Amino acid sequence: MSRLPREPPATEVTPEALYLRRRDFLTNSALFAGTTAALGGGLLRLLGGPRGGKPAPGATKVSLEPGPGTGTGPAQSASPGPPSRYTLDEPSTPYEAITTYNNYYELGLQKSDPSENAGAIRPRPWTIAVEGEVKKEQRLDLDTLLGWFKPEERVYRMRCVETWSMVIPWLGFPLGELLRRLEPTSRAKYVAFHTLLDPEQLPGQKAAVLPWPYTEGLRLDEAMSPLTLLATGLYGKDLPGQNGAPLRLVVPWKYGFKGIKAIVKIRLTEERPPCTWNRAAPAEYGFYANVNPRVDHPRWSQAMERRIGDLKRRPTLPFNGYAEQVAGLYAGMDLKEHF
Amino acid sequence: MAAVRPILFPPGPLPWLQPAVLAGGAVPALAIGLGLLRGTLGANPIAEALNELGLMALVFLIASLACTPAKALFGVTWPIRIRKTLGLWAFFYAVLHFLTYAVLDQLVDLKAIVADITARPFILVGFSAFLLLVPLAITSTSGMLKRLGAKRWKLLHRLAYVAAVLGIVHFVLRVKKDVREPALYGALLGALLLVRLGAYVRGRRPAPSPR
Repeated sequence: MSRLPREPPATEVTPEALYLRRRDFLTNSALFAGTTAALGGGLLRLLGGPRGGKPAPGATKVSLEPGPGTGTGPAQSASPGPPSRYTLDEPSTPYEAITTYNNYYELGLQKSDPSENAGAIRPRPWTIAVEGEVKKEQRLDLDTLLGWFKPEERVYRMRCVETWSMVIPWLGFPLGELLRRLEPTSRAKYVAFHTLLDPEQLPGQKAAVLPWPYTEGLRLDEAMSPLTLLATGLYGKDLPGQNGAPLRLVVPWKYGFKGIKAIVKIRLTEERPPCTWNRAAPAEYGFYANVNPRVDHPRWSQAMERRIGDLKRRPTLPFNGYAEQVAGLYAGMDLKEHF
Repeated sequence: MAAVRPILFPPGPLPWLQPAVLAGGAVPALAIGLGLLRGTLGANPIAEALNELGLMALVFLIASLACTPAKALFGVTWPIRIRKTLGLWAFFYAVLHFLTYAVLDQLVDLKAIVADITARPFILVGFSAFLLLVPLAITSTSGMLKRLGAKRWKLLHRLAYVAAVLGIVHFVLRVKKDVREPALYGALLGALLLVRLGAYVRGRRPAPSPR
């Protein structure tokens, strides 16, 4: 300071008390800003940081598609067949929502996790084991299997047990057609499905949230219903990993968790097969899991649902609106008991 | 000019701490509000906002309950100075959580809300926790502390622990299967209760009542 060529006049010298206070003020401001940022940042981390519209590296890229049946994506391998009678008057849920709002615990517990963690799934080569009460047990290459059927578009409602719903334009073929080809024996009463067990491709399987692999099952007559679909795509494109690539089950009159993903095994059985959610919480998730507004989940009502994209809830329909086609399968059954 | 006073910071030690908690606590609310407006909360934004606000209420409540045990454990007293702010943030987020449920989720359908609260333990438990926080927020001022007397005030504010336990139960009942997250917060709350219990027992033993 003394080396200054000319000392400033005394009137311009900041009083010492004020100088100290100013320094205090700056220190305090810095500490304030740092603490605020640390606290705010920490809280945002607890919330999982920014989410939505943030595809992770390697994950399937999502984009908004104008409408059903307009698949022109580079990944497209299946071309939609002739116009299907399985359409709905209701508008389809946007592609982005269908592919970023998923329950797929093998890829994470948050709805946004599956789209971010699906990058490691290798949908080809893929083999399906056919076992149990069939004419011939065999291991089928997926592409061989897919060659037998012409994929068709089916626009189905999808109702999650968590009381939200979507309208999804699937691409696929009826499970019944495959089963007929595999020729179940006369002892076959049920069909069981297994998801791929591979923690490298499905990293959520490293945590024992549920007993892996995920398994599901249907009564044979349910499986033979023309509504029951094995899906290979949606919106005219290949099925993204987070939606169950390369092959998943779609049973539109049942809650979404029946729609097992990434199927590697189909087994025909005489006994009712164990199903993952049913075994994890038998009082909450039944084997049938038919959508039923009159049978509440023990912890919440199933009477209403929110269609993704809507603000207002809407009443849930018996059998998710497919009663005409499937109610007969359960004639004489007490659906409150067999939920 | 010499009469310049520090505008932002009150006198005393760590003057920046309390304002920082006040400002930092607003960050999640701003982020969630912005997310709702910009549509970046995912495909089911109401459910997402509901979850995030509820989590924030629980986190602030547990944080406010950690202040006294922190003194017993580490001998630090600065957390006591932000306890009230943390508690009020917990109440603030609980209010937003409830309003999101009542207004955005149920569209102020009072019949549905009453039916929900009475018929479902999950909602009832959460609503009870929220109600318990109301008297605590009302009596959070120093004026109220004086009017109630420290002893009665302290007793009343033990309700915060009840509210936090109910909050954890509400959280557990919400998840489908994975209870790891609620269990983590539950364990934290349990540990805090144990510390308090330990401090209480130790405080009693050497000094038996002289009566």
